[in-house]
Amino acid sequence: MSAPARPPGGRAPSHGEDVAPAQDIEPPVLAVAGLTCTWDGVHGCRDIDFDLHAGEVLCVVGESGSGKSTLLQALSWQHPPQSGTVHYASREDGVVDLAALPQVRLRRLARTEWGFMRQNPRDGLRMQISAGANIAERLMAVGQRHYGELRRSAAHWLQRMEMDAARLDDTPASFSGGMQQRLQIARNLVTHPRLVFMDEPTASLDVSVQARLLDLMRGLVDDLGLAAIVVTHDLAVARLLAQRTLVMRGGRVVEAGLTDQILDDPQHPYTQLLVSSILQG
Amino acid sequence: MTVPRAANLPSPPNATGSQTTMAITQSLSPAASRPGDEHYNFAYLDESTKRMLRRALLKAVAIPGYQVPFGSREMPLPYGWGTGGIQVTSSVIGPEDVLKVIDQGSDDTTNAVNIRRFFARVAGVRTTEATGEATIIQTRHRIPETPLREGQILVFQVPIPEPLRWLEPRETETRTMHALSEYGGMHVSLYEDIAHQGCIATSYDYPVVVNGRYLMRPSPIPKFDNPKLDGSPALMLFGAGREKRVYAVPPYTSVRSLDFEDYPFSIEPQGHACDQCGSTTSFLDEIIMDDRGTRRFVCSDTEYCARRCAEQVGRRA
Repeated sequence: MSAPARPPGGRAPSHGEDVAPAQDIEPPVLAVAGLTCTWDGVHGCRDIDFDLHAGEVLCVVGESGSGKSTLLQALSWQHPPQSGTVHYASREDGVVDLAALPQVRLRRLARTEWGFMRQNPRDGLRMQISAGANIAERLMAVGQRHYGELRRSAAHWLQRMEMDAARLDDTPASFSGGMQQRLQIARNLVTHPRLVFMDEPTASLDVSVQARLLDLMRGLVDDLGLAAIVVTHDLAVARLLAQRTLVMRGGRVVEAGLTDQILDDPQHPYTQLLVSSILQG
Repeated sequence: MTVPRAANLPSPPNATGSQTTMAITQSLSPAASRPGDEHYNFAYLDESTKRMLRRALLKAVAIPGYQVPFGSREMPLPYGWGTGGIQVTSSVIGPEDVLKVIDQGSDDTTNAVNIRRFFARVAGVRTTEATGEATIIQTRHRIPETPLREGQILVFQVPIPEPLRWLEPRETETRTMHALSEYGGMHVSLYEDIAHQGCIATSYDYPVVVNGRYLMRPSPIPKFDNPKLDGSPALMLFGAGREKRVYAVPPYTSVRSLDFEDYPFSIEPQGHACDQCGSTTSFLDEIIMDDRGTRRFVCSDTEYCARRCAEQVGRRA
């Protein structure tokens, strides 16, 4: 495992003589320990441990059926895991154990401090309503009731996503795939989340659009200090976005560490296979 | 929540008039001699069904705006014609009640006439067209212009009770949203209206928040009528037969229409007066007279209009 096991939620390491003062060390945004989540007792993911800090991007790579998406659903508590703990450092209440959180708080977290991006933007957007309303929906959900301000925020985020503000009143159905995906990002980021879950965000896009989107995402992660967990089967995405990478196979993490380390010096046979199968141009 | 047995209930909260309680207790004992059709139980439904409905209604009154499920029965009326409304009416009506039925404000449409005749037959109650005389008013799509008073019951026919349905098709999810007061998404439809039309164009079935808590569909009444819901002295009961839900607004309960801070709820002026009675304050129907575009505006509330016309004739005479 990349990070040494640490008591989740502890503000500082228990015994450290040469560590920085405690106020500089923030608890990890997400601390996962011994997480097991299966659909039928067999398929899913098992014994996952990792810490994710603010501003850090973690890529989860692996073949289809290796439990990547299950992991994402377990972490975001859409499908609560069978065992293991997930501690999240929330803005309001500090470190909380997701299992102990009442449903109201979980749903609030999912709407405010978390974002969830889906592979198919049609699953993450409301296709019949305008782009502006799609972006502003979360703001309305947390209680903003001023139309002018909602519209300004929506226009701001649309422009930030490199789209023309004149398209604010068009429905996402009239947008291209790449624009829909960017709209989905805007819709999620409008409440300034701390943690974003992305499930194959670039998989359905062509290469040039992928590159633009990745560029944009990298910029956003830097600017906003987001922590992100990106599930992908594309090692290039991991290389571009992620500081750290988990390689999964058969529901377990087979290798974890710094992305560059994993891609340049893969240890596990499966990772070696993955890295060697990248197309060389 | 446990609901006490209907028979020995204290009067429901906020119901100052004893009419509600009277209606509930009276019809428990079927009147021995009454002018209605003897082949039917009083008010058509059997006593246990009425009791089940009353329990649901009491719960609905106790939690304003909350949709209470009930076992909707098949009625001698197609769905969409007021099966929910007549079940509610049938469970609260007593032999002493006076019933008025309106459909889009009118006393003389097929729907209104038939439901009125139905209750005259199966309950033997007196019927009326005068809003002031009625103790129970069953209505489709309107609230009468004549202000309601304490002790009156307004029964609405509701096609779709769930205000969040367009936003979320799953019933389990909408219930959770109600439980957690997650109503932010409702503003999305208002946002869309303003973005496309420049104003909130929703003109009927305009969503409201009851008692500062539950989001409610007021049934397809024009938004013109929404202010009449707020703090009304009459008890308002809503019945959806197909969807098997009842809900209620007790007397003197706050009912607030959803809006934005910079686009407050408002009713557009109609810009016309009634062609018959000259009223400028009532809700008007537009009637197209010929195929050259001639049109007239008349009150949608026929009883209100007729009474005003009669008064004017009386004054002239």
